Formats: sequence, structure tokens, C-alpha cells
Amino acid sequence: MIEVKNLSKSYGSKKAVDNISFKVNESEILGFLGPNGAGKSTTMNILTGYLSSTQGEARINGIDILSDPIAAKKNIGYLPEHPPLYTDMTVWEYLDFVYSLKKCKLPKKSHLEEICTLVKISDVSHRLIKNLSKGYQQRVGLAQALVGNPSVLILDEPTVGLDPNQIIEIRTLIKKLGKNHTIILSSHILPEVQAVCDRIVVINKGRIAADDSAENLASNLSADHKLSVRIEGPVREVKKILEAIPDMKKVIVVKEMADNITEYSIESKENTDIRKEMFNRLASRKYPILLLKSAELTLEEIFIKLTNAEFYGEELKQ
Amino acid sequence: MIAILKREFNSYFYSPVGYVFLFVFFAASGLFFLTGPLYTGVADISSVFSMMFWIMMIIIPVLTMRLLADDRRLKTDQLTLTSPISLTSIVVGKFLSAVVIFSIGVLMILFYAVALSLFTESMNWVGIWGNVLGMMLLGMLFISVGIFVSSLTENQMVAAIGSMLMNFLLFSVELIAAIVPFKFLQEALYSISVFSRYSQITSGIFDFRMILFFVSFIICFLFLTVRNMERRRWN
Repeated sequence: MIEVKNLSKSYGSKKAVDNISFKVNESEILGFLGPNGAGKSTTMNILTGYLSSTQGEARINGIDILSDPIAAKKNIGYLPEHPPLYTDMTVWEYLDFVYSLKKCKLPKKSHLEEICTLVKISDVSHRLIKNLSKGYQQRVGLAQALVGNPSVLILDEPTVGLDPNQIIEIRTLIKKLGKNHTIILSSHILPEVQAVCDRIVVINKGRIAADDSAENLASNLSADHKLSVRIEGPVREVKKILEAIPDMKKVIVVKEMADNITEYSIESKENTDIRKEMFNRLASRKYPILLLKSAELTLEEIFIKLTNAEFYGEELKQ
Repeated sequence: MIAILKREFNSYFYSPVGYVFLFVFFAASGLFFLTGPLYTGVADISSVFSMMFWIMMIIIPVLTMRLLADDRRLKTDQLTLTSPISLTSIVVGKFLSAVVIFSIGVLMILFYAVALSLFTESMNWVGIWGNVLGMMLLGMLFISVGIFVSSLTENQMVAAIGSMLMNFLLFSVELIAAIVPFKFLQEALYSISVFSRYSQITSGIFDFRMILFFVSFIICFLFLTVRNMERRRWN
């Protein structure tokens, strides 16, 4: 369990983290979402005792990281943004070093072998870390965090530098670990935290912009009033039909394709759903809809949505 | 602490640093042995010890430069500082790893003494042990200075040159004292002179106050290192 209360961190006059509070329950995966420089890594560095906070407190399994750092750190496995690898060692030597550094009591050989199998680095365990690819290095970093089987895992952008297959593997692994670990995972990719996390904390400019379950946040942020459609039919007429729909704000022709097919980007008034109406009208004229999807919000749009409207974060909580 | 000590000791031999250090140490002491006891035909190797002062001043910073600076540059300090061990054991572990390498060099000088003793009956073993102890203390002092400077920067070269300067300053305290006009200040400077104490040891004068002097200097620098690392977490 992780508890953070009114945590602040200033670098000189600049506030990197500004009075944030949240809680992660046991066996919960919390996603930490924010753009670069939002304060994600700083918060994680405070939680793991690498930095100290200017104000506020952080507790790991009930132990304050500042007043009893050694006891608190025993419960934490940390994968920082740059995996802290001694590149002049082999993978096995490195994990062996981490094992003794963490004063781990589990049977060494079987424990380390188990971790290597879990993160799929067994085949490179006797190679020098500096000769490994970025993806493998990232996984060695993850392996390091798992040594000693800590109950709390703090993972700072764990999928950076991995190829798509590896990303899926690591996400599956994190989900599996989430069954009996408390995990905080940071990312600047919304679909990633949506795929893995039970709860999402959105952080921007050192402040919490939203703290909600993944589903709630997604539905609040969904953009059903912005659609992308592909329709077969003459452009002028289809456009006219679309513009005639009530609540329609804007119809833009994105691309005219072959065989009389055209792609449109349409926007209706917020909180309205024009999909049925659009289907009925087009169907009656025998102009089939070939593709219909809601335009996904980009991360930038999410932050604008969450942070520009100042009270949006509060609204979401309610 | 043992884990850190082991890793740092091994890493001296993953890179050329350990080999270069020992090579220079052996080469220099060998040269001083050749030009000292062997040429003059006097069975006294204390000249080797006193000449090594200069070499140690320059090469020990090479040994200590990467100990903490590199950890910061490569961000591996995020591993050590978030592990369930105290800052003191990290610093002491790194300190001891350099001390172990340095001791290997000192052992080599003992080997010269043994070689010399085969040809003479008048070996002053008490004096030699005193010299060895003095050299160990001086080396540990330079290492603690080097670790402290290494904790101040991310750059190995800056750390090396910085600790050479610090060592030089420790040596030149006596020279400065000689030209300082105020009696009080002069005495204060003499009282922290490392060189005069070391040359006393190498000339055969031995005093437990000297051990205390070196040990407190070493502890002081290790303490400063720990405090400096602690300070960085708060900034």
C-alpha cells in the first residue's frame, strides 16, 4: 500500500510537485499519466527515497520513507526512467549484486532464475549488459526491481524502448504481477495506462488533474461528438445530408478516395450523439457507411481538456 | 557494504583503471627501490616510502575518481540509494574497495623489503612496519579525500583533478605556514600538516597521536561525503 499526503517538491523556486495526495491500495495497479516534465519521475523518486520531499509525507506499507528509509525501501522494487545498470557486468553478475545489495534471503539461484524466466532474459544472462539492446536492458532493469520479491513495485515508463511485441509481453507481465503486488506505473501514453491500470492519476505541472478509474476517465474523456466516417456516395449530396442533421457543427471532407468513397471528419455539439440519425438518413438514400469511429483524443487534447478548464479535475471527481 | 565493496573491487579490473594504478605503483616503487637501496647499497627502504608520497598524491585520485561521480552520471545511484542500505555503508564500501586495491600495491613494497633482507642482517623491521602503517594511513587519507571530491561532481576528470589539487593543498599547508606572518595561524596550519607527519613516520619517528591524526582526517572526509550525498537529495 502506498499513501501520499500533500507532497511537494521544489527545486529552488520551481515547484516540480505541488501538493499532491493519492493512495494506492494493495494489489492495485495505478497509472501515472502525464506529459514530460509533469512531475511523474520526481514523485516516484520521492516515493523510493532517492529524493526527499520539501513538504508532505509518503508511506510505503505504512512506513514513512523519510523517518525509516531502510525499512520502507525493503518493500520497494524500483525501475527508474533510465534503468540503473552497471554496464560492465554480465546480467547474472548484476542481478547477483542487486541480490546481495537488497540483503535478499530467498534461495539465490532459483529466485534469480525465476526472475530471468519471467522477464525473458535467461538467454542473455551471461552477456555483458553494455552489449545488450535497449529492449533487453530495459528488461534487465525490470528484473532488478523484482529481486527480493518486494510487495510494492514502482515502474517509471517500463515499456520505453521496447518493440510492439515486447510491449505486449511486459504489459501482460505487469498485469500478472498486479495480482499480488501494489504497482505504480508511469507513462505518457493513454492507451497504455488504460490497458494495464485499474486506476489512473493524471498529473500535469506538478498537480493532480484527475484521479479516477480507467473506465470513468475514458468515458469522461471520450469524444463521441467527434467522428471520423467513410461513406460511399457523391460528395456534395452526402455532405448536404450530413450538414442537415440537427446538432451538427462541422463537416470536413478529409480525403476523396476511389470508387465514390469519401472520408469525412464531423463534429456535433458536445454531449450529443448523432450516430443513429446519421445512419438512418444515409441509409434512406442508400449511401452506405463503410467506416465509423470516434476520433480519439490525443494526449495533448486530454491535458487541455483536464487542465485548461480549471475545474475539470474537480468535475471528474464528482 | 560487502556487496558494494565486492562490486567496486571487481569493477577496477573490468576497466583498465585497476591495472594502470597497480602498474604505475609497482613501476614507481621499483624505480625508487632501484635508485635508493640498490644503488647506494644501504639496507634501508624508507626512502622508497617517502618518495611514494608524490606518486600517491597523483595516482590515488585516479583510483577514486569514478567511485561516486560515475554512479551519478550513469544513474546507477538510483539503484544504490533506493536499496535498503544506509548512505554510510555505500560510502564505506566504496572507500574500502579502493583501500583493498591500494593495499595490493603496498604489499609489493613489502616484497622489496623481504628481498633486501636476504642480503643483510641489519634489517630494521620495526621501522619498515612503521613505514607500511604510515603509508596505509596516508593512502587511506588520500582515498577519503578522493571519494569526497568524487561525490561533488558527475565528471570523472573533474573529480581526479579536483582531488589532486586537494592533495596538493594538504601537502602545501606546511609551505604556506612557513610564510604566514601570524604565529597563531602558523601553528594552526602546522597542526594539520599531513606531509610533516608522514615524513616523521618515514624517518622512523612513530607516535600514536599520528595514527589518531590520520584516522580523524579520514573519518572527517568520509563523513563529509555522506553529508554531501544527503544534501543532494534535499536539493
